[in-house]
Amino acid sequence: MRFLCALMLLVGFAAHAVEPSERLANPALEVRARTISGELRCLVCQNESIDESGADLAHDIRLFVRERLTAGDTDTQTIQAVVNRYGAFVLLKPPVEPATYVLWYGPPILVVAGLVGTFLWLRRRQAASADTVPLSAEETSRLDGLMRENDG
Amino acid sequence: MARAIYLLPLVLFMVLATYFAVSLRPNHDIHELPSAMIEKPAPAFDLAGLGASKPLALDGLKGHPFVINFFASWCVPCRIEHPLLMRLAEQNHLPLYGIDYKDKPEDGSHLLATFGDPYRQVGVDRDGRVGLNFGVYGVPETYVVDSTGVIRKRFVGPLNAETVDKELLPLLKHLDQS
Repeated sequence: MRFLCALMLLVGFAAHAVEPSERLANPALEVRARTISGELRCLVCQNESIDESGADLAHDIRLFVRERLTAGDTDTQTIQAVVNRYGAFVLLKPPVEPATYVLWYGPPILVVAGLVGTFLWLRRRQAASADTVPLSAEETSRLDGLMRENDG
Repeated sequence: MARAIYLLPLVLFMVLATYFAVSLRPNHDIHELPSAMIEKPAPAFDLAGLGASKPLALDGLKGHPFVINFFASWCVPCRIEHPLLMRLAEQNHLPLYGIDYKDKPEDGSHLLATFGDPYRQVGVDRDGRVGLNFGVYGVPETYVVDSTGVIRKRFVGPLNAETVDKELLPLLKHLDQS
C-alpha cells in the first residue's frame, strides 16, 4: 500500500518537469512562467508542452522564458521571442491568422452547412409527401386484385 | 446540376489522396519543421573557441557566404554525417564553421581529434543559448548564411550526399556569385 502511494505520488509529479533549480524566487513571475510554459510545444516530443516535457531543449526554453520575464518582458513579448526563433508551431494553440482560418473556421462552417443541408432535405421530403395524390378507385381495385392473386 | 452533389465524395477523396501522397512521399520527414529564421539575420554570437580554435563570432564571418554546423560529441546522427563533412572540407573547400552544442569542450575536442576536424573554426555553445537563438531543436543542424549574415537555408538532421549535391553546394555557389 505504501509502495502504491509512493507510485501515485510519482505519477502526480511526472506531469510537471520543472526542476526546483529552475523556479524563480518571485512567485508571481513563476506563475506567469508556468502559464506560458504550458502553452509552448516541446519541439523534441512535439505533443507535450515544455512545462511537462523532460527533454533537454524544453529545460532550455523554460529557462529562457524565465530569463525574459525576469528581465521585465510581458507575457506576449516572451511568447513572441520564442515564436521568432521556432515559428508558430511552438504554440500549442495555433493563432487565428489567414493561414489558420481553415483550421479555426472550417469545422463550424461544416457543421452549419450540414445542418442547413439536412433541414433543406427534410423540408423537401415533407413537401414531396404532402403532394402525394391518394389512389383512385380504379387503382385501389386493381391493387386489391393483385394482392388476392398473390394470396392464392 | 443537383447530380453534381454525388461527385462530392469523390472530390473529397481526391483532395485527401493528394494530401497524403504529398505528405507521405519518400525521403520526406513529417516531423521536420520549417525554420522560422529563414531570410532573417543570423542571431549574433561570440563564442569561445574549442581547443586550439580561435573564438567564433558572427561578425568575423560576414563578407562571404558560409555554413554553420551544430554538432555535439553525444550526438549519434552527427557521426553519420561526419565523413561527408570531412570530404566537403577537403575536396570542396566548404567554408564550414562548427558550433559544439551543449557539450563539454574536452569531449568535443576529443571527437574532432579522433575522427578529424572538418571545421575552419569551432565555437563552444556550452549552455545551448546560441542554438536556441538559431531555433535549433536537435543536432545536427546545418545553416547556410549569406555574406550579409542572413540565414538562407537550414538542414535538419545529418546531411547526405544527395542533399549536399542538389541543394547545399548549388546554393553556396549561387550566393558566392551574387
